[in-house]
Amino acid sequence: MADITIRGLTKVYPGGVRALDALDLDVAEGEFFALLGPSGCGKTTLLRTIAGLETATDGTIRLAGSDVTRLPPGRRDVGMVFQDYALFPHINVLDNIAYPLRVKRAARADRYRRAKDAAGLLGLLGLDGRRPAELSGGQQQRVALARALVAEPRIFLLDEPLSNLDARLRLEARTQLKRLQLHLGVTTVFVTHDQAEALALADRIAVMEAGRIRQLGTPVEVFRRPANLFVAAFIGSTPMNLLPGTVRDASVTVAGARLPVPDDVRGEIPDGTDVVCGVRPEYLDFSEVPADPAGGAFGGTVSVIEHLGGSSLVTLDGEGGPVRVVVAEGSEPEPGTEGWAVPRPGRVLLYRDGELVTAAAPAMAPTIKDGGQG
Amino acid sequence: MAPPTSPRADLGPPAPRDAGDDAAGLGRGRAAAFVAPALVLIAVFLVFPALWTLYLGTTDYRLTGIAASDPKFVGADNYGDVLGDGDFHRSLWLTLQFVVGSAVLGQTVLGFAIAWVMRDRRGLLRRLVEGLVLLAWILPGSVIAFLWIALLDRDGGTLNALLGTPGTAWLLDHPMACIVVFNIWRGTAFSMMLYGAAIGNVPPSHLETARLAGASTWQTLRDAVLPRIRGHVLTSLLLVSLWTFNDFTPFLITAGGPDGRSEIMSVYVYRTALGDGRLGFGAAISLIMILINLVIALLYLRALRDRSRKAAVA
Amino acid sequence: MNETVREVLRRIGLATFVSAVLGFFSLPLLWLAFAPFDADPGISASLPEFTLHNFQLLMDNPYALASLRNSVLLAVGTAALVVTAAALAAYALSRVRVPGRDALLYVLLLLSSIITGTAAMVPIFLLAFNLHLVDSRLGVILVLTGGLLPAAIFLLKDFTDATPTSYEEAARVFGASPLQILRHVVVPVIRPGLATVTVWTVAQVWGDFLMPFLLLRDPDKAPASVIMYTFYTEGGQPDLPLISTFSLLYSLPVVLMYLFVSRRYGFRFHGGIKR
Repeated sequence: MADITIRGLTKVYPGGVRALDALDLDVAEGEFFALLGPSGCGKTTLLRTIAGLETATDGTIRLAGSDVTRLPPGRRDVGMVFQDYALFPHINVLDNIAYPLRVKRAARADRYRRAKDAAGLLGLLGLDGRRPAELSGGQQQRVALARALVAEPRIFLLDEPLSNLDARLRLEARTQLKRLQLHLGVTTVFVTHDQAEALALADRIAVMEAGRIRQLGTPVEVFRRPANLFVAAFIGSTPMNLLPGTVRDASVTVAGARLPVPDDVRGEIPDGTDVVCGVRPEYLDFSEVPADPAGGAFGGTVSVIEHLGGSSLVTLDGEGGPVRVVVAEGSEPEPGTEGWAVPRPGRVLLYRDGELVTAAAPAMAPTIKDGGQG
Repeated sequence: MAPPTSPRADLGPPAPRDAGDDAAGLGRGRAAAFVAPALVLIAVFLVFPALWTLYLGTTDYRLTGIAASDPKFVGADNYGDVLGDGDFHRSLWLTLQFVVGSAVLGQTVLGFAIAWVMRDRRGLLRRLVEGLVLLAWILPGSVIAFLWIALLDRDGGTLNALLGTPGTAWLLDHPMACIVVFNIWRGTAFSMMLYGAAIGNVPPSHLETARLAGASTWQTLRDAVLPRIRGHVLTSLLLVSLWTFNDFTPFLITAGGPDGRSEIMSVYVYRTALGDGRLGFGAAISLIMILINLVIALLYLRALRDRSRKAAVA
Repeated sequence: MNETVREVLRRIGLATFVSAVLGFFSLPLLWLAFAPFDADPGISASLPEFTLHNFQLLMDNPYALASLRNSVLLAVGTAALVVTAAALAAYALSRVRVPGRDALLYVLLLLSSIITGTAAMVPIFLLAFNLHLVDSRLGVILVLTGGLLPAAIFLLKDFTDATPTSYEEAARVFGASPLQILRHVVVPVIRPGLATVTVWTVAQVWGDFLMPFLLLRDPDKAPASVIMYTFYTEGGQPDLPLISTFSLLYSLPVVLMYLFVSRRYGFRFHGGIKR
């Protein structure tokens, strides 16, 4: 087990594409860490550079304190699961799992004993003799995991480990993956483009865009207080309401409503500043009676109701554009009626020039510490 | 065998993993060492002979005698001799007949016709026809050549027995027709398979539309099939021409005879260079043949490019 | 009524065409099927007076079996050289970024299709002569290899390009050296491609007449394709029992190989398994 320290890591591809841009990152020992972002944000490149499959153009990578930046992948003592699993098609499950030990010249008996242990850990017993092509997608994924952990690497690297599974299986595999990581306690970095997966699995998440980390924090921090509009728009299965407004007299005029400027940033924003007001649909309450005007509320006509299962997403067409509210099951309004969306206290975020406005004092330390905007 | 890959979700514009960035960690040095043996073999035994032809064609190199040990530079004399040689003119004309008759007309038309007739047949008849046509293609040339010698033999040949024309010396009386028909027989398989695949790629809806409109076979071919396979026709014609032009098997049947009446280019170069021992003269013919090959190959590449461009537009 | 007549005529036309095709393609082959088993084979195909005596004659002929052995030597030697050199080159070209590799490959392919044995027989003969490779099987193997390599590299590179690089990357992450990766992963994964190229090469060499005819003098070294034309009786007539039996034996491997390939991999049609 080991911690990872990355400083000034830069990767420029031939042709000038800058996939990683002077990136700093610390992953603690035993941490389950997610690299999250849209296609082409550099998350896979970062993972592959940690593995040694890409060579860094600049910067350093340390594992457990020792510099591995120029080390070939085989000498970094990492285990990796590839997106397509990369199980060798010509050998059976047990030989696939035992492959890292074969390369390390472990004795044959020892090799197979440990491979069997790993197979047992992942519920693969009885599949030993099969070829990868004879396995289901979920089984293949578990063989890939078993192969990655059989040699007890210091670091576990997972490249989109769940993306090739169908939706039902993915949830099951997700739980199993988290259980496995807890059990092994090995430092794990995984790449995903699925924000729900990152929120569900990771101890901490780095949200990436264009080769940089846009926010680093726990799932709760990243979900509750996105550090910028990019993260705000990217995180959350129902998109955050982002409404343009203007600050005047300690309140924000936005979408026909007047909301008080949140307490912690009152006085941080001069009058007349244009801001974007962000509030998650989950943090709005729907009301059919006009809400307390002093507390601020978005009024509008109920236009669309989308059932999400345990709750529903209600769209209100108001003055400043549509506002979405999550409503508990059974209390959905009728389309065409009037309604109000009332923000819960402390859940309204203000963004100035794309960045979250925060208190000057480090009241929200964990979120701000690693703001990471290079 | 196929690895379990579903479409990758993370294939952004930079596409780092497809950059071909040395997946096995070979390194430039090892990669060069890997490529070297093949390149050396190709350079020595393929490229060098072609370049050497340029020099050889300007000498009076002979297989035996003084000019064998000490060839002299004779400039463009050989080329002048070749181009002025009546045998060369005759050979060029016979080669044209051979290529156009057997490859362009014979193999292509017959191959297409078989592919068309067999297009929606299954079962024994189709397997039998295709098997026989393929057998003609895959059997060794020496065997095939002897089979045709036996077939066309003057005294006891199967053909004479069948036609009731004993004593007809096909190979002596009609040597060109014999090797043309022989080569049609030998090479039709390629066209049959190519057009079979191409016809199979014509969407059934096009054929059904033509049938619903009451089109005759000719109209169907013209309107629904030919437009879809036009690109294949040109490229396969050029490819088959190239192969036929370089075919040496007719030598085994007629050896160019009688009196050079079936002496196509490949036989002519053999007779002059290795039969008569005039290597310099033969090298000049070699160069001319390579140039003809080059022209056909360049036309072929151009046709391929046009075809893929059209496919990209469509 | 008119329609029915046309339909009948069409059917008759089709049947005639199919029969003509069948006749045309089977007629020359009949002799190969019957003569080897005929006690007194003539030059025309006729139902045999069944015998296996001709095979005994074949066994007794000093050149017949030796020439088949020579054919095997040439085919195996060339295939080994072609597949090894082509696999190494194709792999490196597929996996390591070399500037202009595609252009190089196309130029090589173009060269191999225009510098044929027929067109270049004069310089090839002289080259072999000067390298003291005339009358040497190695010379034939090297010359054939040079001509077949570009297409073999092309086929194998196509094949390698189609296999994901993550196999090798996985092996690399687990600590395999480049040579271990080749042995453990790459060779097994591209094995079908190697098999295809092997079969293709063997088929090419097995049937080739011109190069051994050009470069070998000693009948002891001649392969089957050449030796067939030396089978004459004392009277100067073709030795029909011998030739027919020998032809059958010599043809058999090609047919078996074709059946094997088409069953195992389906007869795929990349530029022809045979030219």
